[in-house]
Amino acid sequence: MQFRDEYRDGPQARRFADAIARITTRPWTLMEVCGGQTHAIVRFGIDALLPPQIDLVHGPGCPVCVTPVEYIDKAIEIAERPEVILCSFGDMLRVPGTRGDLLAAKSRGADVRIVYSPLDAIQLARVEPARQIVFFAVGFETTAPANAMAAYQARREGIGNFSVLVSHVLVPPAMRSLLDEPTNRIQGFLAAGHVCTIMGYEEYEPIALLHRVPIVVTGFEPLDILEGIYLCIRQLEEGRAVVENQYSRSVRREGNRAAQAMMQEVFRVIPRRWRGIGDIADSGLALAAAYAGQDAECRFGSVHTGDDRRSACISGLVLRGECKPPDCPAFGIRCTPERPLGVTMVSSEGACAAYYRYRRLRGTAAGGAV
Amino acid sequence: MCLAVPGRILSVSGDDPITRVGRVDFGGIVKEINLAFVPDARVDDHVLVHVGFAIAVINRIEAARVFAHLREIDELTHSPPED
Ligand code: SF4
Repeated sequence: MQFRDEYRDGPQARRFADAIARITTRPWTLMEVCGGQTHAIVRFGIDALLPPQIDLVHGPGCPVCVTPVEYIDKAIEIAERPEVILCSFGDMLRVPGTRGDLLAAKSRGADVRIVYSPLDAIQLARVEPARQIVFFAVGFETTAPANAMAAYQARREGIGNFSVLVSHVLVPPAMRSLLDEPTNRIQGFLAAGHVCTIMGYEEYEPIALLHRVPIVVTGFEPLDILEGIYLCIRQLEEGRAVVENQYSRSVRREGNRAAQAMMQEVFRVIPRRWRGIGDIADSGLALAAAYAGQDAECRFGSVHTGDDRRSACISGLVLRGECKPPDCPAFGIRCTPERPLGVTMVSSEGACAAYYRYRRLRGTAAGGAV
Repeated sequence: MCLAVPGRILSVSGDDPITRVGRVDFGGIVKEINLAFVPDARVDDHVLVHVGFAIAVINRIEAARVFAHLREIDELTHSPPED
């Protein structure tokens, strides 16, 4: 596939890795924010190509993982109403709430359907006028405009049987909260290229300045990630801390204005609780007042939720970059993708699932296509 | 979840900016993709697609920059390793 395969070239990846090794004189800790990047790093063995002084820690950028448990409970409770068809991205079905997951609700008879796009859910509402179609809207800024569009189209077309359960999260407040931790080890960030495709990177500039951390907007293919690391290390070695854009083939400084306008039309910024991390001010999106008619929480009332189950799972530490999956005693033994104990093993973009899939049999050795 | 895939626009239909769609080719698989967020996208452009929506037109000039940068840093810091 053009604009993908050429960025997976092994020899060029090694040349980037060699260049990184030549400019690295000290130990540095970088965080890749996005779970998609974590997945690529583990899959292609990018971390193993790097000099040993560079530690890549994995960030909280897995929307499935950080969706608060009460929203899983709400989704299940709404899905169990006989008139409802609950539409969700596939990854959400196995995320545990306090009383099981959506997949279990589905096997008990709830009408839960996996959709690829929020537009599929809207289409279902058009052809099933007798049913209540609820779309479970999760994701970062990358997904927010698409999910906003579903609410917008429903309101514009007067589709009365469609609503959304919104649990959106925003990336920059989470980065600030990690940097504010007294135990913070992060010296540079690879910012998430697709989040920045929508939002641009102006909002990262004060973070780089204030916290003196280089932030490099980075793509998802091996050469993108390696170039992002090169740019970040070069800044650290030179004592600079600015925002750079590695992913310029799709990211512009101002972002995608049309997509931002749709987000502003439909959503408002609210405080949000991140699963495993805690409450973060101004880090979430909810429907704006004009879209209360499309809000599943208004339509179906507020739902009682239980307490998050205590378990041995350390996914909160994994999501904050303080631990890596093999540090968890349950990893690969009591916790596997078939029987996950925590969210970071459930989601295909979770760090535990990535390590299980690509690392379990060969320790931390390099592998993959690079 | 933030996965986005590049594809080439084969054709565009619809006048309403909100529901304008393109047939987009992903290496042989063709899908209908909403183009509301890429109002400037035209046939033959490559777009980055996420959950049924194009979110960017891929800039061809910038797309080649990664490779040019690699050649540049090879020359700057070292002669390239022979492999
Ligand atoms: S391996 Fe399983 S139990 Fe351990 S942190 Fe990851 S998800 Fe939690």
